[in-house]
Amino acid sequence: MTSLARPRSRGLRGNEGPFGWLFTLPAILILGTFLVIPILLAVWVSFSNWNGLGPPVGGQAEFVGAANYAEVLTQPGLARRDFGIAIRNNLYYVLFVVPIQTAVALFLAVQVNQKVLKARGFFRTAFYFPSVTSSVAITVVFLYLFGASGVVNGVLNWLRVRGPNWFADPRGVFHIVLSWLGVDSVPSFLAGEGPLGVTWWEWIAGPSVAMTALIALAVFTTSGTFMLLFLAGLQAIGQDIEEAALVDGAGPVRKFFSITLPMLKPTLFTVLTLGLIATWQVFDQIYLTGGGAPAKTTLTPAFLAYSASFESLKWGRGAAISFILFGIIVVLTIFQRWLLRDREGSRRNRRRRARMAQVGAMAAITTGGGHGTGGGAGE
Amino acid sequence: MTTVSPVREAEAPAVPARQKRRLPPKVLIGRIGIHVMLLALAVIYIFPFVVSVASSLKTNAEATQQPLRLIPETLTFAAYERLFTDVPLMKWTFNSALVTICVTLGRVFLGSLAGYALSRLQWRGRAFIFAGIIAVMAVPSVVLLIPRFLILYQLGIYDSYIGMIVPIIVDATTIFIMKNFFESIPESVEEAARIDGAGVFRTFWSVVLPMARPALITVFILSFQGSWNEFAHFIVSRQDPDLHTLTTGVATLVSGQLGSGNQYPIQLAAAVLMTIPVAILFFIFQRHIMSTAEGAEKG
Repeated sequence: MTSLARPRSRGLRGNEGPFGWLFTLPAILILGTFLVIPILLAVWVSFSNWNGLGPPVGGQAEFVGAANYAEVLTQPGLARRDFGIAIRNNLYYVLFVVPIQTAVALFLAVQVNQKVLKARGFFRTAFYFPSVTSSVAITVVFLYLFGASGVVNGVLNWLRVRGPNWFADPRGVFHIVLSWLGVDSVPSFLAGEGPLGVTWWEWIAGPSVAMTALIALAVFTTSGTFMLLFLAGLQAIGQDIEEAALVDGAGPVRKFFSITLPMLKPTLFTVLTLGLIATWQVFDQIYLTGGGAPAKTTLTPAFLAYSASFESLKWGRGAAISFILFGIIVVLTIFQRWLLRDREGSRRNRRRRARMAQVGAMAAITTGGGHGTGGGAGE
Repeated sequence: MTTVSPVREAEAPAVPARQKRRLPPKVLIGRIGIHVMLLALAVIYIFPFVVSVASSLKTNAEATQQPLRLIPETLTFAAYERLFTDVPLMKWTFNSALVTICVTLGRVFLGSLAGYALSRLQWRGRAFIFAGIIAVMAVPSVVLLIPRFLILYQLGIYDSYIGMIVPIIVDATTIFIMKNFFESIPESVEEAARIDGAGVFRTFWSVVLPMARPALITVFILSFQGSWNEFAHFIVSRQDPDLHTLTTGVATLVSGQLGSGNQYPIQLAAAVLMTIPVAILFFIFQRHIMSTAEGAEKG
C-alpha cells in the first residue's frame, strides 16, 4: 500500500513492471495451457459426441447440446443408474470419513499437545507418518490387511469374530444391520425408484463392507495431517486457554467443550472444508481396488468420469460427470461455510485464520494431492 | 478426561518446584493412562508398516496364511529379487526420479519467482494475476484429469515425459506459500541490495531467496512428496509401459497378472521400496515438518 504513495519514477526500485511480468510468465503460461485452456476444451467436449478419434477440436466431433448431462441426470438408463450409485457411494464415504477423521485428528492433537506427555515427538511422528506415504503403497498395504485371511481378520479371529471378506463384500452395512433386526427382503415402501434411477432401498444401503475398508484407509492416512493443523491451532491459542481455564476453574471436559473447541473454530472450518473437498475426489484407491468392485459399491463419480472416458470412450459423458462433480464440490463447500459461518467475525479470528493459511495449504497437498485441493487455503 | 494434568499444573503455580515431583496418586494414574492409551494408538498406526515389511520377506503361502507373524518362518528375499527380474522396477524408479527431480526443481524455482513478483515487485496487473492464481487453486485436481488428457492429446504430447512433467511443474499453492513468506521479509533488505547496485533478479536470487529458506524447505518437501506419490496424472498422461512411474507400475502389480492369486509379498515389497525415499525425506526434515504447525504463528 505504501508503495502507491511513492513517486512514479522510483529512483531506487527502478521500473519493475517488465520484471513482474517476466517472473510470473512461466507460471501464467503453464497454468494457462494446462489448466485454463483444458477446462475450456473439456467444456466443449462435454457438449459434444467426441469419441476419442481425431482431435477433440476441429475433427469430427459434433455439438450435441446438453445430451451428455441429460444422460446421467434425467434420462432413465444405465448411465444415470451408475451415476446415482456412484453419488450414493461417495455420499456415504464423505458422511463417514469427514466426521471421523476430524474427530480423530482433534483427539490426537489435544493429546500430543499436553506438556506432561513424554516422547511427544515420537507420538506425533507415529501419527503423522501414514500421511507421507503414497496412495498406491498404502492401498497395497490395506488390500493385504483387509484380505480374506488378512491381518484384520486374524485379529478378529482372536476375539472369536469371523471377519468378512472385506474387499469382496458388496453388502451395505445398514442392510446388514437391518437383516439382524429381521428385515431380510425389501420392504414394499422402499422398493420404489428414488432419485437418479436408484431404488430407495439401495439409497439407504449404507457404505458397503468394501467401502468401510476404504473409509478406514482414508482416516488412517489423513488424520495425521489434520492433527498437525489442529496442533497449530492449539498452539496459537495455548496461552489463552490456560488463562481462561484458570479464571473459570473449569474441569478438563468442560474446558475442552466450552473453551478449547470454540477457540479452535477457524481451524475446525479449515479441516472440515479440506476434508469435504478431498473426500469427494477419491480416485486412486478406487482405481487400485478394482474400479468400483465389488458390484459397483465403491464406484465414485471421480472414477466414473475416468472410466466413462478412458474405458467406454464416452468422452462427453466423462467430461460432463467431471463438471457435475465440480459443481457438487463447490455447492457443498459454500453450503458448509454458510452453515458454519463465523457469526462474530471477530478480528482476532480473522488474523488467526490468515496464520492458518500456510498450514492449510500444506495440508491440502498432502491430503488431496495436486494443487487443486488448495481451495481451502485461499480463505 | 485425559486432560486432567495440564489444568492441575496450571492451578498450582505457587507450589515450589521441588515438591512438584510428588504427584497425587490420582494425577499419576491419569498420566500413566494417557501414555498407555497413546502407545496403543501409536502401535495401531505403526503396525501396518511393520506387517508390510515382515510379510514382504515371507513366501507367498506364509504371507497368506500367517499374516500376523512378524518374524517370517522362512525368511526369503524372493519377492525383492522378482521385483528386479520379473518386473522393470529399475525403469519405473528411473522415471519416478526423473519426474520428481524436474517437478520439484521447477515448482520451487518457478513458484519462488512468481511468489516474489506477486509480493515484492510493483507492477500493474499484479492484483489481477494473483486473483487468477487464487481462482486456479480452487479447481479440484480430480476435475482436471479429463481436461489434462484432452490438451495433451490435442498438443500431441500424450505419452511423453514432457506431458508427464510440464503440466504439474507449476503449482498455485507453491506460489501462494512463497508469496506469503516473502511478504514477511523487511523491505529494507531489498533496498540495501538495490543501493549496492544489484538488479531485480540479483536482489531476488542472492539476497531475498536465501532468506526464504524455511519456506523453500516447505515447498521442497511438498513438491517432492507430491510428485513422487502422484498417481492420477500419470494414469491420464501416458499409456506406454516404458513410461510407467513407480506409482502406476506398482498399480499394475495389483491389478495385472501379479495381482492374481495370493502374491502379496511382491506387492508389499514394492510398496516398501517406493516408500523409502519419502520416508527418508520425512526423517531428514522431521523437525521442520512438525514445527510447521508451531511455526505457523511466526509466519
